[in-house]
This record gives sequence, structure tokens and C-alpha cells, in this order.
Amino acid sequence: MADTAPPLPREKRRKRADEPAPPDGPPVLAPRRLTLGQRIKRDRVMLLLTLPGLLYFVVFHYVPLLGYVVAFQDYQPYLGYMHSVWVGFANFSAAFAEPAFWSATFNTLEIALVQLVFFFPVPIALALLLNSIASDRIRRFVQSVVYLPHFIGWVIIVSIFQQILGGAGVLPDVLGGLGLPRYDMMSDPDAFPWLLTLQVAWKDAGWGTIIILAALLNIDRQQYEAAAIDGAGPRRRLWHVTLPGIAPVLILLLILNLGQILSVGFEQILLQRDAVGPDAGEVLDTYVYYHGIKDNDWGVAAAVGLVKAVIGTALVLGANKFAHRLGHEGVYRGADR
Amino acid sequence: MERPTRLGQTAKAVAVVVVVLAVAYPLIGVIGTSFASQTDIIKSSGLVLWPDHPTLDAYRTIFTGGVVTRALFVSVGITVIGTLASLLVTVGMAYGLSRREVTGSRFILMTALFTMLFNAGIIPNFLLVKGLGLYDTYAALVMPTLVSAFNLVVLRSFFMNLPEELYDAAKVDGAGDFRILVRIVLPLSKAVLAVISLFYAVTYWNAFFNSLLYLNDSDKWPLPMVLRTYVLQGQSLNSASAGEVLAPQQAVQMAVLVIAVVPILCVYPFLQRYFTKGVLTGAIKG
Repeated sequence: MADTAPPLPREKRRKRADEPAPPDGPPVLAPRRLTLGQRIKRDRVMLLLTLPGLLYFVVFHYVPLLGYVVAFQDYQPYLGYMHSVWVGFANFSAAFAEPAFWSATFNTLEIALVQLVFFFPVPIALALLLNSIASDRIRRFVQSVVYLPHFIGWVIIVSIFQQILGGAGVLPDVLGGLGLPRYDMMSDPDAFPWLLTLQVAWKDAGWGTIIILAALLNIDRQQYEAAAIDGAGPRRRLWHVTLPGIAPVLILLLILNLGQILSVGFEQILLQRDAVGPDAGEVLDTYVYYHGIKDNDWGVAAAVGLVKAVIGTALVLGANKFAHRLGHEGVYRGADR
Repeated sequence: MERPTRLGQTAKAVAVVVVVLAVAYPLIGVIGTSFASQTDIIKSSGLVLWPDHPTLDAYRTIFTGGVVTRALFVSVGITVIGTLASLLVTVGMAYGLSRREVTGSRFILMTALFTMLFNAGIIPNFLLVKGLGLYDTYAALVMPTLVSAFNLVVLRSFFMNLPEELYDAAKVDGAGDFRILVRIVLPLSKAVLAVISLFYAVTYWNAFFNSLLYLNDSDKWPLPMVLRTYVLQGQSLNSASAGEVLAPQQAVQMAVLVIAVVPILCVYPFLQRYFTKGVLTGAIKG
């Protein structure tokens, strides 16, 4: 299309979105422009209020990025960044040569996948159930109950599960009472992804319903009535009205979840890694923790952390972009509305 | 619409009851066990819902042991101080960024929001905290999580949705930006501030990650670290001094859990009705 359009006069300055379009006709007196210094002076109170927060984000989120130089060094804490020896990509090849790294990667993906497939639908089902409760009072009561575990920390949740599923807990005891083998899920390596998923469901299924319930509220009631008049039963209404109605939100959530796939809960897994052993319980985050902070193998740990961070950020950015493609507001674009 | 079927109704009711029990049973069990005596615990399978012989022995053990008491002080301290500090900084930043015409506000906002997309990771953060001299200090439990970008976005969009006329009227009356914040904006934001305080308080109360990474000195440990050592890893809390009645280990562990959960249970009901709005603002705009 650039071929057909007449060349436009190049503008001196890129126009800002919030600026009013210049009026046609003879030029009027331009509004007085303040210099940058004058504008900063005008906004000084607001900017000053922003400063501590900005400082926090720079110091605790941007400055650490520089710390990734350790990934390319044979880092020795007593030598510091400046005097440690540069080793190029040796840390990366060391990590990639290690079976433990690949095992951690595999575990991370396996856990993430099990959670995605088996946890993702839970809040949706729960939200549909909550939504279908006719009594306002009962619904609100159930909501307050299911939101609560979200605020309980992982240490507490793991302790509670230990009490119920662990060796001396309720479940093995009940099984034993029935003459069945006393099954201890907490220390079964094969069950680890399922155990984690169960815990995540207990903690966050209720909390996850909030956004889905909001999407359900936005569905036009008339569609239900129309469908009912056309003879659709409850099940068909669910399938043809409710699910399409919340589909955009579900797709958005799914995409964002895919973006987070390398970050399965660090605290939750670290707390239970020892019970199942590193073969099943090591994920990328715990690998970094044990290599770096426990074994002082800083370079390799940082290298793995960097790989994870780069892929993770790329996945989140990609997922977000994909969400935009589908016409939704993603993570960051909507922020300025 | 046709009337719902009886079968459907029953299935729904059963599902609701199951969901509520699944959440409530473990919590009630923990509370019950913490009051249970040895005989109660032996009789049950590990969780006592309603102790036949309730006793406060477990709590007596905890509060005479010293370890839990000290951890409790640490946790309460960092929760109160951390929440106040976080609120102060978040309010300032959210307000400062709440008006689009402020020079550079868009850039600063993006600087903050981009941190939602990446995470510097364990090793660089650890080296930073060490480099700043925060290792083994209480500040390491607060500083690295001082502002949550999510809470910032929630608060900022709340401020932006306050009616423009309020700002204009205040300006006409000669109020400066700071006075507008303190006199007009904050009093109108009590509800959202309460929710954000809860979010922050819960983070500090549950602080495990930061204390695991940045606290070597077990004297400084907050409650979650103590929970891990004495409940999950099963270390014994009490060395029996002569003639003392020992509470059952399990009851003691559950009592520590109760102490860790009760503060949340206390504030939760008052704030629950504001959650939805806060979460949705954060989710949609964040």
C-alpha cells in the first residue's frame, strides 16, 4: 500500500497518542510547551512519591540480572565478580553433560504437565458448581470456605498433608484398618506429581474460581432463556451457552499457564523433595538451589538459572503475545487502561 | 426454564458438601489434635476432630519451649513492619503513577510491570542480598519482597477510578498532590487498602523462601522455618525436664500449626468480601 499512497510530509516529532489532532486551517498559537525540567518540577511531588518503589524494583529486580555474569565465571565468593576467572560457556556445557540436570528438566515438565491437565479444569468445575447454587447465602458461605486455603503457607499445607497422607497419617491407618497395605503417598516417588497437584488443588482451586465466576457473570442471561425456549436442557445450555461464554477467559488462562511451565512451585517441592528423593523430586529450581547455595557450585547453578529464566521469559512473552493475537488483553498491555 | 431435576439437585448438594468438607476437615482436625491427649491420639488415626479429653498441654509445651515463642515474635514483627513498609511504598508509587500526565510515569510503570514477566532467579538474588549486607538480617525477610507489582496495579487502578472531580475540586481549593493523597484519596480507599494489607501480611507471615535463603542463624527464624524443622522434619521441640508432663509430640506439632494459621483465620472474615474486586482488577489490568 505504500506504493499507491502519496508520500506524506515527514513529521518532525512522533505524535503522542493522547495529543489532540491539530485543527485544520490556519495554524493557531501552539500551546506553551514546558521543558523537561519544568515538567519534572511541576510533577515533583508525584515523582518523589514514586521514587522508593522505583528504587525497589531497580535494586531487587534489575540489578540482580547483572549477577548472571556468574554463569560465565568460575565464581569464587571471596574473589567476587571482578576477580573470578571467566570461563565462557563451560558452566553451561557442564550442566548439560550432567544427567541430574536432564532429570530435573524432565521432572519439571512432567509435574507441570500433570498440573496443567489435572489441575486446570478443577477451578472451572468448581466455579460452575458455585455458580449453580441458587441460594445466595450458601454460595457465599462455600466461597469463603474455598478461598481460605489460598492464604495458608506451603509449610503448613505440607504439614497438614503429612498428617493425613503420610506414614503415620489418617489414610494409611484407614487402609490398614481395612486390611489393605498401608500406602504412604508422601514418600512414593511415582505419585509425586499427583501429590503436588492434589495439594495445589486444595490450596488454590477455590481462589482460581474468582476469575471464572466473573466471566460467568458476564454471560448474557437472555442467551440462556433463548436456549431454553429452543428446547435446550441444562446440559446443552452448559455446552452451548456457558462454555462458549467463558472460553476467552479459559484460553487466556491456559496460555498464561503454558508460559509459566518451567516454574512449578519452589517452596512446595523443596519441602517434600527429601521424602521422595532427588530422582523424582528435583526440579530446575531446586537443582539451582542445591547446586548453588548448598554446594557452592555457583557458576553451574547460575547457568541453569539463566537458561530457565530466558526460556521462562520467552514463554511468558510468547504466551502473552499469543493472547493478544486472540484478541484478549494480555498481561501487560492492559496495564495502562 | 424447566424445574431442576431431583437427581441433579442431590448430586449438586453432595458435591458442595464434599468440597466444604475437603477444606474444613483437615483444618478442624489440626485444631482438634492440638487439644488432644495421648489417649485421644492413639484412638484416632492421626487427626482428632473432637478430643474426648481436651488438654492444653501442647500449648503449654510450646510456650515454655522458647523456640516457638521467639519465632512467633519474629513473625509478628516482620509481618507488622513489613506490611507497613510495603503499604507505604506501594501507596506512594501507585498514587504517583495514577495520573497519566505526570512526566515519565509511563516509563516508571513499565519498569515495575516488566518485573512480572521475568524473575532474576535464586542465585543472583542471593548474591545481591549478600552483597547488600542483608544476609542473616531481618531486613532480608522484608526488602526482597517489599512491593508486589500485582498489588501496585490493583491500587493504581483503584486510584485512577476515583472521580476526577474530586481531584479538581481539591486543586481549586489549593491542595497540593500530597495533601490530596492524604486527605482525599486515602480515606476513600480504606477497603482496597485493607485487602492489600492482607495480601502483604500473608506474604510476610508465610515467609519461607526468604528465610530459607537468607537466614542461616536459626535464632532469627520466623515461624515457617520453625514449622519445617519441628513439624515436617520431626525434630523434638522439648527435652523433658524432670517431673514435667510431656504433651504428645503430634499434639505439639498441631499446636504449632494452629498458631501459624489462627492469625489468618482471624482477619480473613473481615476482608473476604473485598477479594473478588481486588483479584479481578489485578487480573484484568495486571
